[in-house]
Amino acid sequence: MTHVLSDGWVIARAHLLHWVRNPAAILSGLLYPIVMVLLFGYVFGSAMAVAGAGENYREYLMPGMFGQTMAVGITTTLIVVTTQASRGVTDRYRSMPVSQTGVVLGRAIADMAGSTLELTILIACGMAVGWSWHNGPLNALAAMGLLLLLRFSLIWVGIFAGLKLTPEAASASWMIMLPLTMVANTFVSPAQMPGWMGALAEWNPLSATVAACRQLFGNPGFAGESWAAQHAVLLAVAWPVAITLVFLPLSARAYRRLSR
Amino acid sequence: MSHSEAMNSYSIVAEGLTKRFGGAHALDGFDLTVREGTLCGLLGPNGAGKTTAVRILATLLRADGGRATVAGLDVAAQPAKVRQVIGLASQEPAVDEILTGRENLVLWGRLYHLDAKRAARRADELLEQFGLTEAAGKRIKHYSGGMRRRLDLAATFIQAPRVLFLDEPTTGLDPRNRNEVWQAVRALVTDGSTVLLTTQYLDEADQLADQIAVLREGRVIADDTPDRLKSSIGGDRLDLVLRDQRDLQEAGDVLAAFGPPVADPDARRLTAPVADRMHALGQVMRELEAKGIEVEDVALRRPTLDEVFLKVTA
Ligand SMILES: Nc1ncnc2c1ncn2[C@@H]1O[C@H](COP(=O)(O)OP(=O)(O)OP(=O)(O)O)[C@@H](O)[C@H]1O
Ligand SMILES: [Mg+2]
Repeated sequence: MTHVLSDGWVIARAHLLHWVRNPAAILSGLLYPIVMVLLFGYVFGSAMAVAGAGENYREYLMPGMFGQTMAVGITTTLIVVTTQASRGVTDRYRSMPVSQTGVVLGRAIADMAGSTLELTILIACGMAVGWSWHNGPLNALAAMGLLLLLRFSLIWVGIFAGLKLTPEAASASWMIMLPLTMVANTFVSPAQMPGWMGALAEWNPLSATVAACRQLFGNPGFAGESWAAQHAVLLAVAWPVAITLVFLPLSARAYRRLSR
Repeated sequence: MSHSEAMNSYSIVAEGLTKRFGGAHALDGFDLTVREGTLCGLLGPNGAGKTTAVRILATLLRADGGRATVAGLDVAAQPAKVRQVIGLASQEPAVDEILTGRENLVLWGRLYHLDAKRAARRADELLEQFGLTEAAGKRIKHYSGGMRRRLDLAATFIQAPRVLFLDEPTTGLDPRNRNEVWQAVRALVTDGSTVLLTTQYLDEADQLADQIAVLREGRVIADDTPDRLKSSIGGDRLDLVLRDQRDLQEAGDVLAAFGPPVADPDARRLTAPVADRMHALGQVMRELEAKGIEVEDVALRRPTLDEVFLKVTA
């Protein structure tokens, strides 16, 4: 128990070293949202009329991009967890006097550090294409906090699923993640989707975070008819907390079940 | 000696361990005791259950039935305590590909709760001991299979464990490096550690083990000292290499008077167990000469563990 923090820090540092060693992976991870900003901001965006998005689609788009990047970050967790399990690194830790909480803590620290960096670069990129926040720095920080909270809750889903999947399945997982992040208010308004899909999109946890961010940043397009849209900030806290409460114990259980 | 004292002198005790994967029994009543400060070689054909047994004893896997203690600690009830005293080198090296050899060892040293300085010093010592000093700064990605395995083994030596599990530790190593590993393992046993080592190489078990357990289909079917196992399959062996393959049959008939001969036609070799060595040798040579069978080579020797292995796992 006394070693939770120090073990977590040692393991987080090893994960972070992977980043430093593998800049290509970071670059492609960062390039993806930047390319999406350009594609949606200039190519599709110029042809799209999104309800409630206002004149500048990029003002509407950027919070969606931030949210999507946080959500897709789960694939990083998934890939690392499955790879370590398949290479026996997980078993090595399990046969050592390492605090098991520390192992997971290290994973979480590394993932959060990575996502914070991603978010920072994406915000800079957004400012370069004319996006900005309008409600002052405190609200902007609160929005970033909500984005990272969503990412944090998804770590536990990633660990849980990662302990059940193969590395191959994990690297294909973004094909599921992408549509999941699009049936939301990320790029277009749910009001414009077919009825059932619109309802799904309204209640998508990602939509709550993105709508709350639009509200806090002062970007257009957060208002909506539904209860979910009107209580976006509340839901943007409640969803991640609920996801964490469900998946944190589930991932701990999956970890224990490795010995079956 | 009381019961508990008797238990204390054993570092590994497994009683009736069973483990099933799907329908198939990987372990089916696995019993083994290993005395403190000795090395037990666990032999068995592929799929016999060696890795499964090691993983259960090293707390990575839960047995379906039976019980086991390591260093007196129940592996199912006190896994965290067991992990404080064991080391494990898995059959597949588990190293971090992206880090360098040295970084891997420092990382594990830190996870054994050495401070940064000691972890670094220990890493350098082990790199030296396992012949990896030159490759210390290279990423594992660029290591050969044997180098990976040595680094993986080095990790288990960071802190001399009371009980060490080595699952086929020398598979894929060249003879020189295999010798280095053997020396390191011997030194550890001399210092009082207990080792359970699985291997496919019988000479390895012969070289290192105080006790050999042979596993087949999840059960220990032979468990004794190497010497007693060898003598259990009969006395010495007489090897004959003939000049002409066509004489094999006739020469075999001569040997059959002493024991059932085994023929290896390609090598023109015949082997038979013999009880009275010198007498048998003289008589066989006289009879072969009388029949005009030419002999290229002849030798008397102890049975090898290969022969023990083939016999008990047959
Ligand atoms: N995770 C698993 N899932 C299903 N079957 C398994 C699993 N692990 C082992 N087995 C089966 O259990 C049996 C024993 O396997 P084990 O790996 O213990 O053998 P082994 O003696 O170590 O073999 P080898 O010499 O090839 O390493 C085999 O039949 C194997 O197929
Ligand atoms: Mg094996």
